[in-house]
Amino acid sequence: MAQPVHDPSRHSYYVGDALYQELIADFEVVRRDDPTVQDLVERDMFRGLVEREARLLDRLQFKEWLQLYADECLYWVPSTPNGGDPRREIAVMFDDRRRLEDRVFRLATGFAWSQAPSSRTVRMVSNVEVFASENPDQRLVRSNFLIHEFWDDETRALAGWAGHRFRKFDGVWRISAKQVNLLVCDQCIRNPSIIL
Amino acid sequence: MTQMERVEALRPRNFGASYDWDELVQEDRVHHLLYTDAAIFDAEMRHIFGGTWVYLAHESQIPNVDDYVTAKLGLRPLIMTRDSDGIIRALYNRCTHRGTTLCRFEKGNKRSFQCPYHGWNFLNNGKLRGVPWAEGYGENLTRDPKFNLAQVPRVESYRGFIFGTLNASAPPIGEHLGPIRKPIDEWLDRNPGGKVVVCEANRIKYKGNWKLAYDNSGDGYHVLYSHRSLLETENRFVDENTEKGMSYYRTAPDEQPMYMQYMGNGHHFKDKRPNLQPRNGGLWAIESLHPGMEHVEQKLRRQFGDRADALLDLAGSEPVNINVFPNLSLLGNHIQVFQPVSFEETDTIWYGTRIEDVDGTIGADALNDINTLRMRTQEGFPNFGEVDDVTNFEQIQRGLRCQEDEWIYMNRGLGIPGRIHTLEDGTIKAPATDEMFMREYIKEWKRLMKAEPQLTIRREP
Ligand code: FES
Ligand SMILES: [Fe+2]
Repeated sequence: MAQPVHDPSRHSYYVGDALYQELIADFEVVRRDDPTVQDLVERDMFRGLVEREARLLDRLQFKEWLQLYADECLYWVPSTPNGGDPRREIAVMFDDRRRLEDRVFRLATGFAWSQAPSSRTVRMVSNVEVFASENPDQRLVRSNFLIHEFWDDETRALAGWAGHRFRKFDGVWRISAKQVNLLVCDQCIRNPSIIL
Repeated sequence: MTQMERVEALRPRNFGASYDWDELVQEDRVHHLLYTDAAIFDAEMRHIFGGTWVYLAHESQIPNVDDYVTAKLGLRPLIMTRDSDGIIRALYNRCTHRGTTLCRFEKGNKRSFQCPYHGWNFLNNGKLRGVPWAEGYGENLTRDPKFNLAQVPRVESYRGFIFGTLNASAPPIGEHLGPIRKPIDEWLDRNPGGKVVVCEANRIKYKGNWKLAYDNSGDGYHVLYSHRSLLETENRFVDENTEKGMSYYRTAPDEQPMYMQYMGNGHHFKDKRPNLQPRNGGLWAIESLHPGMEHVEQKLRRQFGDRADALLDLAGSEPVNINVFPNLSLLGNHIQVFQPVSFEETDTIWYGTRIEDVDGTIGADALNDINTLRMRTQEGFPNFGEVDDVTNFEQIQRGLRCQEDEWIYMNRGLGIPGRIHTLEDGTIKAPATDEMFMREYIKEWKRLMKAEPQLTIRREP
């Protein structure tokens, strides 16, 4: 995969209609009952990446977490259970690289009252399935997640499933897009301010 | 002839006299009971959410005959239908047999609703169409209007916004809105054809009283503090992107041209548009950074030249807060609805809006780009700003448990000569950080709580 022309941490030139179309099509794949990769080594490698992401988020290691993502990446939490079309619908979150860095920046300002003190979270990921692809440099991975979040006076469970689109850059698999499908995506959620 | 039913049995005798409202609501302060008392909350569901016009839904959510969407009037579950004759109705989502909700889905298209419990079937105009094994009743139930669904007796739209009230003697909606119509008109008319289409929502719940959100909706005093993380984030590239978003609050906000205005009947308006450069693209110039904005801007400038500025403004977040008492707030491009759950829990639903290419001068490709970008700008504030506000709302609710410390002050600007002006049309203007809007709207709240509203429901004959 090629390196970007513009610095995506500063300028958002890569988020255009072609990208949206590709994104919608790719995340259709993880909704199908398509044959998944049976090779245990490959499956375990992707499982490891998804688990690593969960651990870094639990430990609030956002810098390291961002490094798991491709330079031109997307993070998408749809507001409808079927994913919908983010060109015509508001999402719970739809972030490019710069906005993901905005999130991390905001949390570090010391004035993000919704995360002062920070939520404590523990994430479980399971049911990891890797979908076969004709493109040797791309894999779609589906996994279930359960996040227990303690914040203020309450411990709550946020459950759902995620799709990860991995792409290989210089021999390294990175997350080029993540779709987080919350069970409560279309419901009123108290303090939706952790990174999922 | 429609059947109107006075709802007498529900009305506790002289509720209005059971509290000393003038003690609870004073010129410069209100008592914490307004936020912490379950009995006052119950009364609000009758006096406020029954006694005055309440926003229910937007017409674009039910564009076609037989469309429906569920909604609430206070705590009352409703089915908003566009019935088979095209009439918009607010049906009580309550079976007339033994009371279960008829419809458990958020939206759809249906000519009739069959009760999941014993199978009574109702048309989407509320009429009972039939019941299973009708011979088990001594009379034909479909001939007795009392078995038709109850519905909100007054349902009126203003330019696509559907309101309803149980108060048969409320003035027409246009009259009730009064001066707040002007900013609503302007908010709509900046979009092609003067219209918007509702599309999904950001939804946030908080553990606090619904009025905490309404108190906040006109509040220019909190911005710099409650939203400090947002302001710092949207201005983090200070070398090349200064003065984004609400930076105009940073220095002497009361000396800025923005202002606040009380519009009567509980409605108020914060207008930050005068802070913008008065030109096409003036809004876009302060828009903070969003996914895809450079891509779309480059494309539109190439295709449309000078006109691109006006098109980019359509994706920008209109800097107004148009607050329609008690539960509607138009801000940015959002239609925000406050939905009380209990005295200490509230849902806020931030419906997004997109535009249409009404006269065909934008074209499908550019329209798609503008609307896509408009989605991204709308996601910004709920994610980076509102989460901090609702945290502060929750912590107010907690602080108010210190029940001996009784008062909440809203005295900013009160009694300072030359600061607040009453205009010819009766509206009142004040600087942006003033709490005048709270003092005024809560007077309307008090008036409604003291009154004994005549609540009615209606059934098809
Ligand atoms: S409760 Fe609806 S038919 Fe019995
Ligand atoms: Fe705010």
